Amino acid sequence: MEAGDRLRTVRGGVRQTAGGRTAYLGDQFFLWLTRFLALAILALLSLIFYEVIVASKPSLQRFGFGFLTSTEWDPVAERFGALPFIFGTVASSLIALILAVPLSLAVATFLVELAPWWLRGPAGVAVELLAAIPSVVYGLWGIFVLVPFLRSTVEPPLIRSLGFLPLFRGPAIGVGLLAAGVILAIMITPIITAVIREVLLTVPRHQREAMLALGATRWETIRLVVLPYGRAGILGGVILGLGRALGETMAVTMVIGNRPEIALSLFAPAYSMASVIANEFTEATSAIHLSALVEIALILFLVTILINILARLLIWRVSRAVPGAVRE
Amino acid sequence: METVTRSTPPPVLERSEVFLIGSLRVEGLEASYGGRQILKGITMDIPAGAVTAVIGPSGCGKSTFVRCLNRLHEVVPGARVSGRVLLEGQDIYAPGVDPVVVRRRIGMVFQRPNPFPTMTIYQNVAAGLRVNGWDRRRTAEAVERSLRMAALWDEVKDRLHQPATGLSGGQQQRLCIARALAVEPDVLLMDEPTSALDPVSTLKIEELLIELRQRFTLVVVTHNMQQAARVADRTAFLLDGELVEFGPTAELFTMPRDRRTEDYITGRFG
Ligand SMILES: Nc1ncnc2c1ncn2[C@@H]1O[C@H](COP(=O)(O)OP(=O)(O)OP(=O)(O)O)[C@@H](O)[C@H]1O
Ligand SMILES: [Mg+2]
Repeated sequence: MEAGDRLRTVRGGVRQTAGGRTAYLGDQFFLWLTRFLALAILALLSLIFYEVIVASKPSLQRFGFGFLTSTEWDPVAERFGALPFIFGTVASSLIALILAVPLSLAVATFLVELAPWWLRGPAGVAVELLAAIPSVVYGLWGIFVLVPFLRSTVEPPLIRSLGFLPLFRGPAIGVGLLAAGVILAIMITPIITAVIREVLLTVPRHQREAMLALGATRWETIRLVVLPYGRAGILGGVILGLGRALGETMAVTMVIGNRPEIALSLFAPAYSMASVIANEFTEATSAIHLSALVEIALILFLVTILINILARLLIWRVSRAVPGAVRE
Repeated sequence: METVTRSTPPPVLERSEVFLIGSLRVEGLEASYGGRQILKGITMDIPAGAVTAVIGPSGCGKSTFVRCLNRLHEVVPGARVSGRVLLEGQDIYAPGVDPVVVRRRIGMVFQRPNPFPTMTIYQNVAAGLRVNGWDRRRTAEAVERSLRMAALWDEVKDRLHQPATGLSGGQQQRLCIARALAVEPDVLLMDEPTSALDPVSTLKIEELLIELRQRFTLVVVTHNMQQAARVADRTAFLLDGELVEFGPTAELFTMPRDRRTEDYITGRFG
């Protein structure tokens, strides 16, 4: 409201000084166009939200809050609980982040700071191309390469040496939480890397030179100056990757095992919110089953929004703690 | 002036003659950016314990010249250097010499203030000490000492732990001077250190330069000929990447040997 008032005042001022009437009309048109588009996005979002709530109403009424805490998913008995799916989505995304963030940081830093000059451009483009590969391709690769590899080479030694921890217990079957996490990590690494690369490229050269001139090594310069300078943007890239991991459907469905259970082991099969919707939506026969699936979509929606809000707050805090870090 | 016989020799190899600490000699220095030659063979002796001013019209290569003296030119993509720069008789461009070691001994203040925005005032000054492994107490002392030397202490002593971006442009430049002083280099290169400062801070910095030359070898780039006349023992006049004239400041300004120098200092071009 206030911003709108200010805009109006400014426009009045322009009209008085600049005589160009067509320019003014163009401005008017553009203003209304952008205003319309901005509102349309909000309207669309509200509409989706509304539809989802309406469609999940039967499930909401029947299961209430229990839906969030129940681990039962039985379409035959018509008893539904979302916890295993929430767990699967959050856990696989977390595994993905744990694997992808250090890797992305390292790759982006290498591309911007250390790689030979002739390699930087082409390698940067290659990273962006990786981000454009369709997820079903990653999924196929996961089934034919990653899962057998995990089953035969990665999981057995881990079970043998660290099997006393619940995290590494159980039979090595390949498909499961770890496979989903790894596939997601591989999928989001290019995105996060591309964003971090852009962020590092915007760090002014004089910042690096200032540190080098103090007798810092390249590594010290990266650690103490370059990465801190870009930290808000880096965080943004991580959030973008997390968003993609949370919503990813195809590749996860192909390797996570699709069993609605909560196991502490990384090697156990699990299920994600997006996967169960994709797998069961077309086959759901009872109205309550359908409604429960829509409610899972609603939860996924809310979880994503919640994480985005948290991320905004985090970025805001980081950039506020250091005025100028993002503005410059 | 102390000579090079000190207990722990600085890490630039062993030496055969006795040189004053921080003495520099430049021999046939050439530098280019992406194939475009900027410095065209500069040879000069920069005496230790004195202020050497570098003057010349904008774009003549003054910044490039000082950036070659601490091996910073080479971090720019496509930048090339050839020739020799001898620090106490040792070529800093010799194979096997670590530029990091060179830069620890030859500090630099840049043309535009460039404090680290993610660090506090204190951390900015301590940045170089941190990578040199100074302990907390010595760091605290050095921070205060450097800020005092840079004539900034009184203005920031109550907000040392606030972000450096909250300082004015002139204060930021003095912060950068303090940051460079803190690591106690033997040579300090200053690229127009007062171009962002008001007359009062400029005066303080000039006093600082005069005071510092007891301890450092100072190379000061300046656009301001009065400033060169006030602070420099010797002045070099650079034109189009060539060293036109280099001599005692008073001589260069009162009876220049080269016609081009005369034209420049009398304001006929530049
Ligand atoms: N990073 C760079 N890439 C390409 N060319 C450069 C770069 N920096 C400087 N140059 C060129 O090198 C020449 C000398 O620049 P330099 O900065 O050394 O001049 P200067 O004497 O310091 O000028 P001023 O007094 O304006 O600071 C200029 O022609 C400039 O265009
Ligand atoms: Mg310059």
